[in-house]
Amino acid sequence: MSQADSTLGGHAAGLTAGPAFSIPTKKLAMWLFIIADTMTFAACLVAYGFLRNGSVDWPRPFHGIANVALMTLILLTSSLTMLIGLRAAQAGNKIGAFRWTMITAAAGTLFALLHVREWLRLIAEGMTLFKNPWGTGLFGASFFSITGLHLTHVTGGIIALVAVGVRYKAGRYNADDIEVLALYWHFVDVVWMFVVPLVYLLNLAH
Amino acid sequence: MTTAEEHKSSGIGKDLGVYFCLLALAGLQFAIAYQNIGASQMFRRMLAVACVEAGLAALFFMHLWKEKRGFLLFVAIFTIAVLLGMQYGWTDSTRMVVGAPFSK
Repeated sequence: MSQADSTLGGHAAGLTAGPAFSIPTKKLAMWLFIIADTMTFAACLVAYGFLRNGSVDWPRPFHGIANVALMTLILLTSSLTMLIGLRAAQAGNKIGAFRWTMITAAAGTLFALLHVREWLRLIAEGMTLFKNPWGTGLFGASFFSITGLHLTHVTGGIIALVAVGVRYKAGRYNADDIEVLALYWHFVDVVWMFVVPLVYLLNLAH
Repeated sequence: MTTAEEHKSSGIGKDLGVYFCLLALAGLQFAIAYQNIGASQMFRRMLAVACVEAGLAALFFMHLWKEKRGFLLFVAIFTIAVLLGMQYGWTDSTRMVVGAPFSK
């Protein structure tokens, strides 16, 4: 065997040695996406905090916590239903996994509708991207950017839940695919845990 | 034992426990919002609660706890390092609110 062959063989062995951290490739890809997306949301939230801290007339347009509390409850509960769906899939219960995945999608849809209702209320009160009746116009741009980015993730998650759920039921996907999707859905939930205090609770009109 | 088998072997009881913990912590954030304290103190308390919530969700809902320790460290160190790196702008933000000029 030539030196070139042995060098090539060494490289090939390295490339086929198995997935990094012994994690399936799809799952590792989702974790890398989650880490990258964490940076995106963190940059948005830090920029929001920077503007809020640097503005003397930051608006406090939220008069109550009922809507955001309900949205939080729905999103947290949807994480639980996703977990139940994942456990059903791992136990080989196809119907149960499909049912719980669709329940999760329904909860996500309800969350998105409540979010849109919140937006419409603020728009009706005169808030746009660049101005509002309460204070600095920066609030609208930062509020719609952060909540819009999160709502986009929720909407993408709902579409993925339905698509993966249907394909899982049809036998084209397996429990590992449900697990990868569950990781994404929990991440959307984790982001909301930071959006609520910074964007909503710190801006309650007392 | 594969990851899927490990997940199957543990019951839903722990998931429910973590869910109720997360609900309680979310409730605590709402309670803090009605405390009669300054905005910066309120922010620090809420952020601390949010970090605990995120940790619980990542470890138990996202099953990070069951992954290899090297992967857990990779995710934690990489994420925390970048998040800390983003904090360099706060002093400039405070400069803006007190109206101090840019340095020349």
